[in-house]
Amino acid sequence: MNLVRNHVLISIDAGTIMAGAKGVEKALVDEINKQGLSGEIAVLETGSIGATGQGVVIVVYPEGLYYANVNPEDAKEIVEEHLLKGRPVKRLIMTEMPRQQVIRKEKTGLLKEQARIVLKNSGIINPENIDEYIAAGGYEAIERAFTELKPEGVIREVKESGLVGRGGAAFTTAMKWEFASRAPGQPKYIICNADEGEPGTFKDRLILEGDPHKLIEGMMLAAYAFGGSKGFIYIRGEYALSIERLEKAIQQAREYGILGDNILESGFNFDLAVMKGAGAYVCGEETALIESLEGKRGHPRNKPPYPVTEGLWGKPTVVNNVETLANVPEIVRHGAAWYRGYGTDKCPGTKVYTIIGNVATPGLIEAEMGTTLRDIIYDYAGGIKAGKHFKGALVGGAAGAFLGPEMLDVQMDFINLKEYAAVLGSGAILVMDERTDIVDMLQSVLHFFKHESCGHCVPCRLGTKQLVEIIDRIALGKGKTGDIEKMVKISEVMRDTSFCPLGQSLNLPISSSLKYFKDEVYGRVPATV
Amino acid sequence: MSEEKQCQCAEVQEEELYPRLEEVINQHKCKGEDLIMVLHKAQNLFGYLPRRVQEMVAEGLNVSLNEVYGVITFYNFFSTVPQGRNSVKVCLGTACYVRGSQEVLDKAQRELGIKVGGTTEDRRYSLDVVRCIGACGLAPAMLVNEDVYGRVKSPHLVDILKKYE
Amino acid sequence: MIKATINNVEIEVPEGTNILWAAKKAGFTIPTLCNHPDLPPGGQCGICVVEIEGLPGLKRACMTPVGEGFKVKTHTPRVMATRRQLVELILSDHDTSCLTCVKNNNCELQQLASTVGINVLDYTGLREKLPIDHSSVAIVRDPNKCILCGRCLEVCNNVQTVHALAVNHRGSDTLISTAFDAGLGNSVCINCGQCVVHCPVGALYERSATEEVWEALHDPDKFVVVQEAPAVRVMLGEEFGMPVGSLVSGKMHAALRRIGFDAVLDTNFAADLTIMEEGTELISRLTSGKNLPLITSCSPGWIKFMETYFHDMIPHMSTAKSPQQMFGALAKTYYAKEKGIDPEKIVSVSIMPCTAKKFECQRPEMNASGYRDVDYVLTSREIGRMMREAGIDIKEMPDEHADPILGEYTGAATIFGATGGVMEAAVRSAYALVTGKELENVEIMPVRGLKGIKEAEIDIEGTKVKVAVAHSCGHARALLSKVQDQLAKDGKSEYQFIEVMACPGGCVGGGGQSWGSNMAKRARRGESLYAEDRSLPMRRSHENPEVKAVYEKFLEKPNSEKAHKLLHTHYYKRSAVDGKILPG
Repeated sequence: MNLVRNHVLISIDAGTIMAGAKGVEKALVDEINKQGLSGEIAVLETGSIGATGQGVVIVVYPEGLYYANVNPEDAKEIVEEHLLKGRPVKRLIMTEMPRQQVIRKEKTGLLKEQARIVLKNSGIINPENIDEYIAAGGYEAIERAFTELKPEGVIREVKESGLVGRGGAAFTTAMKWEFASRAPGQPKYIICNADEGEPGTFKDRLILEGDPHKLIEGMMLAAYAFGGSKGFIYIRGEYALSIERLEKAIQQAREYGILGDNILESGFNFDLAVMKGAGAYVCGEETALIESLEGKRGHPRNKPPYPVTEGLWGKPTVVNNVETLANVPEIVRHGAAWYRGYGTDKCPGTKVYTIIGNVATPGLIEAEMGTTLRDIIYDYAGGIKAGKHFKGALVGGAAGAFLGPEMLDVQMDFINLKEYAAVLGSGAILVMDERTDIVDMLQSVLHFFKHESCGHCVPCRLGTKQLVEIIDRIALGKGKTGDIEKMVKISEVMRDTSFCPLGQSLNLPISSSLKYFKDEVYGRVPATV
Repeated sequence: MSEEKQCQCAEVQEEELYPRLEEVINQHKCKGEDLIMVLHKAQNLFGYLPRRVQEMVAEGLNVSLNEVYGVITFYNFFSTVPQGRNSVKVCLGTACYVRGSQEVLDKAQRELGIKVGGTTEDRRYSLDVVRCIGACGLAPAMLVNEDVYGRVKSPHLVDILKKYE
Repeated sequence: MIKATINNVEIEVPEGTNILWAAKKAGFTIPTLCNHPDLPPGGQCGICVVEIEGLPGLKRACMTPVGEGFKVKTHTPRVMATRRQLVELILSDHDTSCLTCVKNNNCELQQLASTVGINVLDYTGLREKLPIDHSSVAIVRDPNKCILCGRCLEVCNNVQTVHALAVNHRGSDTLISTAFDAGLGNSVCINCGQCVVHCPVGALYERSATEEVWEALHDPDKFVVVQEAPAVRVMLGEEFGMPVGSLVSGKMHAALRRIGFDAVLDTNFAADLTIMEEGTELISRLTSGKNLPLITSCSPGWIKFMETYFHDMIPHMSTAKSPQQMFGALAKTYYAKEKGIDPEKIVSVSIMPCTAKKFECQRPEMNASGYRDVDYVLTSREIGRMMREAGIDIKEMPDEHADPILGEYTGAATIFGATGGVMEAAVRSAYALVTGKELENVEIMPVRGLKGIKEAEIDIEGTKVKVAVAHSCGHARALLSKVQDQLAKDGKSEYQFIEVMACPGGCVGGGGQSWGSNMAKRARRGESLYAEDRSLPMRRSHENPEVKAVYEKFLEKPNSEKAHKLLHTHYYKRSAVDGKILPG
């Protein structure tokens, strides 16, 4: 084995593949071979490194130097200049960075001072190689669980860590497991909800593509804790690369005896299957997801009974979000006390945000719970784009809340935001500068909901339809007196009577847009001015 | 004349796919819970889900036909009309929408003379919308087959489309 | 037991009782729309929401069990405003042409709008007018009226297991329709009409034949005969405000005469005749041991269901036509001959509790007389409408008897209308046919009642006959699957004779009966039929003098060649894709 002088990490995710990452990779390898450097320089594939809209991104170690928008034609220059002569190719260095010209990994805009638990390995290890995951401490947690903690210990540890679901509902994870563990019926199932359909959210994809084994380990730990024996990963159909990587990872884990019967001589049996979704936002709701897994239309079920007692095929079933599960191995490995060192008292840990819109560096970040919106936008995402000002943000996805500048310094966590009638939701942050039209935004949100309503219940099916009717005419400047009030009324009825969270949550973007941007919205209805 | 020829060609090809569908179905015999998985595979084969495919899937998986049709019409992924050789998808996610993707979509509909979900008569293009492809940084974005186009302005559209035969 | 209060009224209910029923106990009727007493709640409409002290939001009363100490409020300002808003939303997507709707004055949505006090409608964006589905000979579906309550889906898929209707498409484009939106006539629909009687609005109704019948009645060249099924006489009173289950046989005959039918006859006569044919068939199969169990064939919904889903049961089916068709075949042969009427001029009308009869009478093979056995089928609802149109109130009618020579009937015939009735009638006569003695106690209680699948063992002088009765196609499917398994495993079934009725409760619960069918009503109508049975002087089909006469004068004996030609039929294998007859 050669001692490698330089590592070139190339980020392979859906975004970079589309931008031609595979071509760049080939060009780099070819060029390195041509220069006779193959013994010294290794090109490694890694998951997403959390920058989007910057084309193919590569990182050169040990310098930790980031290049963006790399084309195959650039390979020659990078190899000759940087790798051979040690002179960074300035024109390719990641731009839109705050302050510095050359940015070391730890200080790169997006990745700067991030508390990384969930994304610890993403962009660092080769996600297609189980050995790298193991080398980074992977599957240690499951060993600790088997030998030391036992199922009760895992639940205890996770309970003490204060972990709550990261999908939006923020339900205590350990409690779900406890319910399922006590529920009669066999077998019991764990489902990972990877049907990430929230517009502007792609954090799960980063985990799935960058660190699939972490998810597998998280699911194993959960199943071990509550007595589950079979797991399903319900994954958004568009995530082709995630699916491929997961399937590869599952296969590797099986080969290593980490999945299957009598795992690591523990007596614990567990296996996983990947199920591809078919394009329905409502399947992010856990009971709709279960229906879909059973091969049906994704209509939500009535609750109770909750899935923990009657879920998939009527058996006790835990549905956890990707990010939630990705927290678990680290909690079990390092203990609850360590985990509580991150975040706030009430809401420990970190949150992965997808930050998009009018910021300098859109992408993914992981920040401690309690980080303010200001820190996220200005410190992590490089602030507002060129000379513009912060107008507001849509936080929590399409069903989230619009927040105005007065909310910039509020600590963001699941509990604190509730007090401000806002939600963390899926962790999507869409930042708007002064050019953004709130009515446009609302229109988009309402159209989205109309399209994604499953059609089962009256308030959501017809409420969304009427809301679209109204917002469309307001957008055209043809709004009528009473239209805004009617929108509010409909959305309140939807909140109170919709069958599932999809319809219930639409009140939030409407009421919050009026809370922070009342004048702007009313200004669009001529008769009311 | 040449069009007619092409049409028959497509039919012949479709005919050859049925034995392969049979194989897929046999792997999931009488397993109704695998319906969505099988439909994915069937659509991969045929590019869409014609009536005969639906009937075979229903029978093979022992699911009633009305349920199969109900599932197909529920999910965005599944199509009951033939797809064009090139799939054009305009992103209508929030970030793209506010950056004018509706205009791009309108333009695409006008240019191609089809509505969302439709296929041009020469089967060259089909047009659809997607809700966020995770390319928000490139808004407004569109996909042609596997290729992502960012910052699409409606005047560019024609040039982009022309590239795909 | 759970203690709670509803609007300050204290109640105590068993655990698991939902708020809707608990409120009823406390004296409050919470308005509902999608809910139906016989079907599991689907929660689509949200109309029944209530407030529960200390709990956030509003809860659906239909699917929320009462919890200990719940303080439920059923009509707070918030609740009432929400209900109004929901009804407005429903109406925003509903074709509100109420005056011209078949359900005008019988519509649950109309009633609800009035209950919650809707006085303005200012929504735009009405649904684009969709084509009305006229593809079926029995049932019309108007998607513009449909409110997607899901009741029809529930009965079609889960009660009947027919799987003709499905919820298709998504969001505000959601549509209840058949596979490929091809229409009921191109689907596996068995025309049972359970969707029709469960529909709260005017989205499903029978394909009406009233105009054609009026025309025939006023055509001097035609001789219009009418027959009425057993179950009609215990329902028709409801159409005129009489209590559910009122028995109006005599009044019905009188009213039909006044409408202008040239001869008012009775399907019950043919029911007795059916017993002679089917009973004889049963005995011959018991003797030969072949094709057992014998399965009854009176219910045309069941026939199409069997033809679609149970191809291997065809040899087990009784070849006897249904009473309606037997009657029709005799009307244009025996009756025409005896009365000296040119059969060409006879228009044969039947009044049925059934929509599937409309399909049955149009089956191509139903023309043994050389003419259509039956020309027009009217549902009980349609004849009710015709009577109202003619200004005839059944309440005011005298009791009159049906006309000879196809009008006499026994108690055995009248119980055909209730589940288990055909079985009971058959046993009464089969006993006599086999033993030459009369059954002492004619009431065979184990086959009565609304249990889904009933079983009994009949002792015919030492020969034990195991029988089973199923009503609703869902129960029939379960029973027949069991029979299939037994046949496959042992080459024979534990049963020798099976009665199947497509509709829950039998014909009294048919798809042609008055709007708003439910189990309680079906039970009462059934009881009423058994009461008529008890009141009649003759209670065994073979005692019917007119039936005896038809054999003496015309058919010779049961299962004779002539009887076979006129009164028996055959079946087809149908596709489980579109219900069409399969080749070969």
